[in-house]
Amino acid sequence: MIAQQEIEKRVATSTAPEEEMPTGAEMLIRALVHEGVDTIFGYPGGAVLHIYDELWRARDRITHYLVRHEQGAVHMAEGYARATGRAGVVLVTSGPGATNAVTGIANAYMDSTPIVVITGQVPKHLIGTDAFQEVDTVGITRPCVKHNYLVREARDLPAIVREAFHLARSGRPGPVVIDIPKDVSAERANYSRLDHVSFPFSTQLASVEQNLTLEAVRQIVDAKRPVLYVGGGIVNSGAVDSLLSFAELLRLPVTPTLMGLGGFPSSHSLCLGMLGMHGTYAANMAVAESDLLVALGVRFDDRVTGRLATFAPHARVIHVDIDPANIGKNVTPTLALTGDVKQVLNQFLSILQPQSKERLESWWDQIRRWQLSQPLRFSGSQNQIKPQTVIRELHRLTNGEALITTDVGQHQMWVAQFYPFTRPRQLITSGGLGTMGFGLPAAMGAQLALADQLVVAVVGDGGFQMTNQELATAVQYDLPVKVLIMNNGYLGMVRQWQEMFYDRTYSEVDISVAPDFVKLAEAYGAAGFRAERPAELRDVMEAALAHKGVAVVDVVVEKEENVFPMVPAGADARNMITGR
Amino acid sequence: MRHTLSIIVADEPGELSRIVGLFSARGFNIETISVGESLDPRWSRVTIVTPGDERTIQQIVKQCERLARVREVHDITTRPHIEREMALITVSAKAGDERQEVLSLVSVFRAKVVDISHTQLIVEASGNKEKVDTFIELLRPIGVTDITRTGHIAINRLSARADANAA
Repeated sequence: MIAQQEIEKRVATSTAPEEEMPTGAEMLIRALVHEGVDTIFGYPGGAVLHIYDELWRARDRITHYLVRHEQGAVHMAEGYARATGRAGVVLVTSGPGATNAVTGIANAYMDSTPIVVITGQVPKHLIGTDAFQEVDTVGITRPCVKHNYLVREARDLPAIVREAFHLARSGRPGPVVIDIPKDVSAERANYSRLDHVSFPFSTQLASVEQNLTLEAVRQIVDAKRPVLYVGGGIVNSGAVDSLLSFAELLRLPVTPTLMGLGGFPSSHSLCLGMLGMHGTYAANMAVAESDLLVALGVRFDDRVTGRLATFAPHARVIHVDIDPANIGKNVTPTLALTGDVKQVLNQFLSILQPQSKERLESWWDQIRRWQLSQPLRFSGSQNQIKPQTVIRELHRLTNGEALITTDVGQHQMWVAQFYPFTRPRQLITSGGLGTMGFGLPAAMGAQLALADQLVVAVVGDGGFQMTNQELATAVQYDLPVKVLIMNNGYLGMVRQWQEMFYDRTYSEVDISVAPDFVKLAEAYGAAGFRAERPAELRDVMEAALAHKGVAVVDVVVEKEENVFPMVPAGADARNMITGR
Repeated sequence: MRHTLSIIVADEPGELSRIVGLFSARGFNIETISVGESLDPRWSRVTIVTPGDERTIQQIVKQCERLARVREVHDITTRPHIEREMALITVSAKAGDERQEVLSLVSVFRAKVVDISHTQLIVEASGNKEKVDTFIELLRPIGVTDITRTGHIAINRLSARADANAA
């Protein structure tokens, strides 16, 4: 300890006069630029004033987007990150600024999205005194981050920022929080530029052993009824092309999870459609009857498996995932390959021999029978707009090329079912946490990353009202997103469960007293559109999509439409309900 | 089955609560926990005794290994090891037969009397959980009025054979 103080004294006396040393705030900005950050979503406040002062001076290097609520900032950062694969960055103040950000942080944690959230904190000497706008941010966010920091000295900032970005991006990506007390952002210290930092704490992921890959390939080639169950890991690892080659070479049926949609082209003849609670009949039956389930970049979520005891009961399971803790968490695999799914798939491809083009014919015959017997379907209507029709129309009008974001609920499942995604990062949805209000801000983050891309937020009338204030942000920064509200005047998915499992007791789900969404859009300076009858749907949507700026389309859909098929929570997939 | 996990974690503020928080958030139990400096003072050793089947323990180990400041996690129980815990026990025992009974138990269990008054003694005992449990049970009829226990610490046994091979 004494030696340490001695070193510090010597360092302090040997350096330049204090005036020339940067403040913590300057160091933070420098460190962010060093990480390649040019975009920040945020909201200022007392504890981050020094940082905002510095950010203003750095505005030629970093563009700050001023949101209207901190939750919106984190969802925007997530939309930005998921559209591009880069880390999203958020800056908010202490106390309520940090707590408002928590939902977004938890969402990014569940969906493995790399974001770095910088929060202000009260000055060090006030920590623990219940000071104004004080909250234990590190404590509150601890269970929903990969790591977090309370910065105690400005000189630690460069190393912390460096490690924070490394942690956010590496392995299974996720959020990292850096909590900076106000006095630390004012304090002057030496900036140490860190080009070649080694991270003593992070372990390198070893590549998968050759004998394991050989055994996996042997089992896959030998299987009579194999299914590939693919998730968000395919997208995060950039394994899309490898997966396509692998599935085509062996003619393997592929079923993506919600997070995996776009990781394998939905229009491909090998694709069975989504798996799980609202997945296709064919996908769920194929998994139920499979003799080998190859799980790639997935975590056996309960929305996929239903009742674990009857999930894929006849199958051996090969599980490939980058997060060792995902393996064996819910389902014990017969073969576990811990590693990057792209590398593993490429290892598979390197040892595979060309295969017969007619392989698995009887398995495919069976699958085609399931596909024909219970395709995704819905009944039409003359008088009311069917929500499924809206998604089909959206697909047609956008040539299947729009980037879609969603909230959570019925509309989300209809998007997953009726908009065939053909490329990764084309669907940005709140999968694990199920966050209402995610769609609009996520669309804005994606839009500013991809200026020429048509971005459509498909939302419900419930979720939209949780973050609709971000329309002001969208208008301010000219982020021309299109918001498609599937307006049924209900909290639709809750109503569906009440109809099916609670004897139609519609307890507190009627939200038909709502603002006029067209006027609301106009009040924010956006364009508003409305479609109420099937005959006008196409024209209204066409006009809204063609609008140059921010547009909100209020589509009044059939009030009590249900999402089918449905495997009730905790049930066996073979007991799926296919209709009313 | 009870497992004893040894977790090497950076000696930084808040790291212990990360580990404890992980256990409660994921529904794992902690029977005992003890923390102290390890060989390298920059790293602490956290010893946790936790019940669970093989799969649960594997999951705990993997979840702990995900923490950014955790360097290594070992299930001490899988190899020969030594476990110790210490207890300080206050016993009501007046001079005479009661006190003699306590002293003879102390002698049998190789415990120590560390404080004494006209009416009470404080005894210090150490050993594995079963030994300390038994000692306390035998003292109870005499009149135990307070107990404080450290929780387990554990270390793997040295292997003479491995040493010989290395040489």
